[in-house]
Amino acid sequence: MQFWIIQGLNSLSLGGLLFLLSSGFSLIFGLMRLANLTHGAFFMLGTYFAAIALRSFDGLNLWVVAIGAGIIVAVLGGLFERLVLTRLKANPLGQVLVTLGMSFIIADACLMIWGGDSIPVPTPQDLQAPTRLFGFVFPTYRLVLVGLAIVVAIALYYLLERTRLGAMIRAGVDDRQMARAVGIPVSNLFTIVFCLGAGIAGAAGALGGPILSAYPGLDADMLPLALIVVILGGIGSLLGAFVGSFVIGFIYTFGTALFPELAYIILFLPMIVVIAFRPQGLFGRVGA
Amino acid sequence: MKWLGAALLGGSLLLPPFLAGDFYINLASQILIAAIFALSLNLLVGFGGMTSLGHASYLGVAAYVSALLTSRYGLGHGSAALISISGTVAMAAFFGVIALRATGLGFLMITLALSQVLWGLAYRMSNVTNGDNGITGLTRPAPFGISLDNPVAFYWFVLVVTVIAFAMMMVFVSSVFGSSLKGVRDQSRRMAALGFNPWLIRWITFVYAGFWGAIAGLLYVYYHKYIHPSSLSTTSSAEALLGVIAGGSGTLGGPAVGAALVLLLKNYASAYIERWNMLLGLVFLFIVLVMPAGIVPGFSKLMAGLRRGPR
Repeated sequence: MQFWIIQGLNSLSLGGLLFLLSSGFSLIFGLMRLANLTHGAFFMLGTYFAAIALRSFDGLNLWVVAIGAGIIVAVLGGLFERLVLTRLKANPLGQVLVTLGMSFIIADACLMIWGGDSIPVPTPQDLQAPTRLFGFVFPTYRLVLVGLAIVVAIALYYLLERTRLGAMIRAGVDDRQMARAVGIPVSNLFTIVFCLGAGIAGAAGALGGPILSAYPGLDADMLPLALIVVILGGIGSLLGAFVGSFVIGFIYTFGTALFPELAYIILFLPMIVVIAFRPQGLFGRVGA
Repeated sequence: MKWLGAALLGGSLLLPPFLAGDFYINLASQILIAAIFALSLNLLVGFGGMTSLGHASYLGVAAYVSALLTSRYGLGHGSAALISISGTVAMAAFFGVIALRATGLGFLMITLALSQVLWGLAYRMSNVTNGDNGITGLTRPAPFGISLDNPVAFYWFVLVVTVIAFAMMMVFVSSVFGSSLKGVRDQSRRMAALGFNPWLIRWITFVYAGFWGAIAGLLYVYYHKYIHPSSLSTTSSAEALLGVIAGGSGTLGGPAVGAALVLLLKNYASAYIERWNMLLGLVFLFIVLVMPAGIVPGFSKLMAGLRRGPR
């Protein structure tokens, strides 16, 4: 019983992390029609920033570092979008290739600067003691992580559905040209959304640090999970990313625990089933 | 002019065994293998308008199957090659059914996800694939009793396969079917209205490209006598895609030139620096931003401009 509950919680916390990663990916794809393959690298940058900052400065705590990593990665993402992606507006394939190239550059730069050994990210001190709940012992940090993912999900929902900015983004997603025609600055929205998505990924990387730690290849481990999540949930759908993240979080965690060698094949199956019956994903819209 | 160029190219392919040392002959063999691989990917990217980021799957799986069958199960090279090719083609048929549920970026993401899953498998299923250590101690086949262990013999073998591959892909593209493929690429709806089945046309192309990817994979594992999960990685797919795009996707010979350039760059660069992935990324940025049509079309345009004379 303890096994199932602990693995269940691990699934939830991985699902939370995956949501933080894939919501940004999905948001960017929905508005910009851009499959941002740098997203895994943004996540990894966040983890490395957290690991290095916490190792070098004593007084910092993980929350501050996560916000800082989010801001730094958001700025980097914004520069990339402004300087490179906007030049390729008419060339969606070129945009994907450039994000792929960028992911290679970032991954190799991390390897060059921080070396091949994994760097641990310490769990915040006040969360190191386990929590007792219903007679079971839970790692507190993972519980907090799930809570954070839900808070971010609600904040994103509020941003998209209840604010002026969100209304403009939704208009841009639905009909880019019409949105331009009524005076919505779609190009600026692109930059804002790209920064937002990159920033969430960077912060998620920092927050995932205590669980995953920073190591080369983290980006290549996380990107396919994010891709599978958004293919499963429906590209461009926030709800899809949310549901997909937890589904994949469960499948991956239990798969790895029960059949360690086949976890990757088990990951595939839900994706194949969903694509076979609903190519647009669980919550995707046709034509989106 | 065109024929002259082809004759020159053909002649230069016959030269390496007579002029160069083993190092350059081996390099030439590697270039030919990379060229077959890039040409097969170009069937999808250039002629089918399906940008796949998972083409390394076919190369890697064919190579792994052959490596496992010959080293662990003691099969002969002939039957191992047959099983490996038919297995890889079957996998391509299955992956095609999945990936072609989507087009455009959806297709790209699905192919990438599928190939990453295979890459992860190759790493994690270490009791089968030997994980990060790869499979060593492989042998080359000896068709008709001729050993391919010396570089010159291997080069001739690869050259023959390359010529066959190039001819068959050329026939494929310039056939009626090839025209319908280009039609589906450019105007899928109109082709459907004309009574063609775009899905089937794409799927057949996908499987055919998988077949030549498998051939490239076999040659790859014969050449290296070693296989490692990195042959299935995104980097491996991306190198081929870079070759296709740098050479000019949708041209017949361009991707072969592009693949040769990528391979040469990789070989020479890794002699000086360790940062091949970073360089690969930078070249990607450069090609996409500066030469989006590729080097060969860019060069032909330049030549056409020169022939017309200075303006």
